[in-house]
Amino acid sequence: MTPLDLGHRASRRWGERLIALLLFGCGIISVLTTVGIVVVLVTESAGFFREIPIAEFLTGTRWSPMYSEQHFGILPLLNGTLLIAAGSMLIALPVGLTSAIYLSEYASPKVRAAIKPILEILAGIPTVVYGYFALTFITPLLRTAFPGTGIFNAASGAIVVGIMIIPMIASLSEDALNAVPLSLREAAYGLGATQFEVSTRVVVPAALSGIVASFILAISRAIGETMAVTLAAGATPKMTLNFLESIQTMTAYIVQVSLGETPHGTLEYRTIFAVGLVLFFITLAMNLLGQQFTRRFREVYE
Amino acid sequence: MATKDLRDRSGDAPDIALETRALSVYYGESAAVNDISLTIPRNRVVAFIGPSGCGKSTFLRCFNRMNDLIPAARVEGEVLFRGTNLYAHDVDAVEVRRRIGMVFQKPNPFPKTIYENIAFGLRINGFQGKLDEQVEHSLRSAALWDEVKDRLQESALELSGGQQQRLCIARALAIEPEILLMDEPASALDPIATGKIEDLIRDLREDYTIVIVTHNMQQAARVSDYTAFLYLGELIEYGDTDRLFTNPREERTEQYITGRFG
Ligand SMILES: Nc1ncnc2c1ncn2[C@@H]1O[C@H](COP(=O)(O)OP(=O)(O)O)[C@@H](O)[C@H]1O
Ligand SMILES: [Mg+2]
Repeated sequence: MTPLDLGHRASRRWGERLIALLLFGCGIISVLTTVGIVVVLVTESAGFFREIPIAEFLTGTRWSPMYSEQHFGILPLLNGTLLIAAGSMLIALPVGLTSAIYLSEYASPKVRAAIKPILEILAGIPTVVYGYFALTFITPLLRTAFPGTGIFNAASGAIVVGIMIIPMIASLSEDALNAVPLSLREAAYGLGATQFEVSTRVVVPAALSGIVASFILAISRAIGETMAVTLAAGATPKMTLNFLESIQTMTAYIVQVSLGETPHGTLEYRTIFAVGLVLFFITLAMNLLGQQFTRRFREVYE
Repeated sequence: MATKDLRDRSGDAPDIALETRALSVYYGESAAVNDISLTIPRNRVVAFIGPSGCGKSTFLRCFNRMNDLIPAARVEGEVLFRGTNLYAHDVDAVEVRRRIGMVFQKPNPFPKTIYENIAFGLRINGFQGKLDEQVEHSLRSAALWDEVKDRLQESALELSGGQQQRLCIARALAIEPEILLMDEPASALDPIATGKIEDLIRDLREDYTIVIVTHNMQQAARVSDYTAFLYLGELIEYGDTDRLFTNPREERTEQYITGRFG
């Protein structure tokens, strides 16, 4: 009989420990990066808020840090961001949800197998490509339809962001619809429901929290979107609800200053951290909200 | 093309609820139900028994065209309801399911309130009467009213398994079908909940024709008037329940009911 080889086991255990340690290290790196970003945002913003009162920043309706007459009210940027978010959702919600219902409830397995990968490819196209698409295709169309529309306008930005996030909503909502058990569909069919009634009155309500979660993630994507919006909607911070005017979003402003020649360390430069902090809180809130819904959605069927 | 009016009673045979003629169902190439012809008498309880996988569910789902939902399933032969072949090209499956209700193996209430579970079928069928009254009536018919009357606006998912299944029965009864199909309705329930469902089936026989699938022979013996024994997709024996269990004519039936296989 061979004696127990305890040494071998011990070395294996060391290997396991090493792997665990490595993985832990990777996890720590991503956590530290996030913490680092937050720290930079907060410290740089603190420098900004020592000179500009928070109340003025949050309630001011003019934004002109680069002009001789400086104003530091973030509302025009917020206005621009919300305009793009709202406009894009107006397009993406109905189209995305309808596509999801079609894919999950109506499409044959063959069609679904063909379309799902296409959605993922669409979601992977670099956003700058969408930006040029807006500038060279959507904007000219808008200018023909509504003469007087500027080269840069919120509508073009909103439309292109809407198109960009359709695949995301369609794909995530389809997952939610698909997760609704067959037994619920059978129950409804068994009561003499038509396919349309089954889809709209049983499957969609049963998947509602998952669908809402996909909406929220899409909104936060629309809010965070930068390149396409910068290209299409321009750089004019403005309090307006007119989609045909040029506006500026928070992200577009951050890019503008980062790429420009504003000297580091100045008040003007610090504005981007203050704006970034607001952006951070908005997307954080959206994602938490989305997770809340996703969690509720899981509870029902597990 | 006009769809067939299934309320037309002109083709009625007075005491036959359903009849199958040379009915076969294939999943791809293999037959899950093979050339079955039988009649289901009106206002009786008929049980389908047989070992798991013998085609009971597949056969039952022919009566309300539930197999339409399975792309691989192909049905041959006829199912006659009021003289109409339910598989004729001018019959609308949606209309069939409004006349012939179904209760499934696992309770499958909608994730809605108790009230809305019952009201759902009424709403989609354009029910004209008083919704509240019909909801109460259905819940009473399913012997559930006393247990839920104070919590109609709570989620149906909070009910116990047995209550959920009686809710599903109430939901099916609400749209006043003539026939109720039940696919092992008590197999997921404990003995007490099972007993309540069986009591209910005996009560419902007054007003409905019930076809129930079960793999539990005692249950078939307790609740049914007639029993059909299926084996490997074939109808082996069909007859009066008491007679079939005490004096089976076929050897395979005897082997099955005495527990020698299955
Ligand atoms: N959706 C399906 N696709 C392919 N084969 C199926 C399907 N459903 C059932 N079957 C097959 O048909 C046969 C009968 O199944 P079923 O009617 O569910 O039997 P039972 O209800 O008596 O247990 C089984 O062999 C089963 O594997
Ligand atoms: Mg079965």
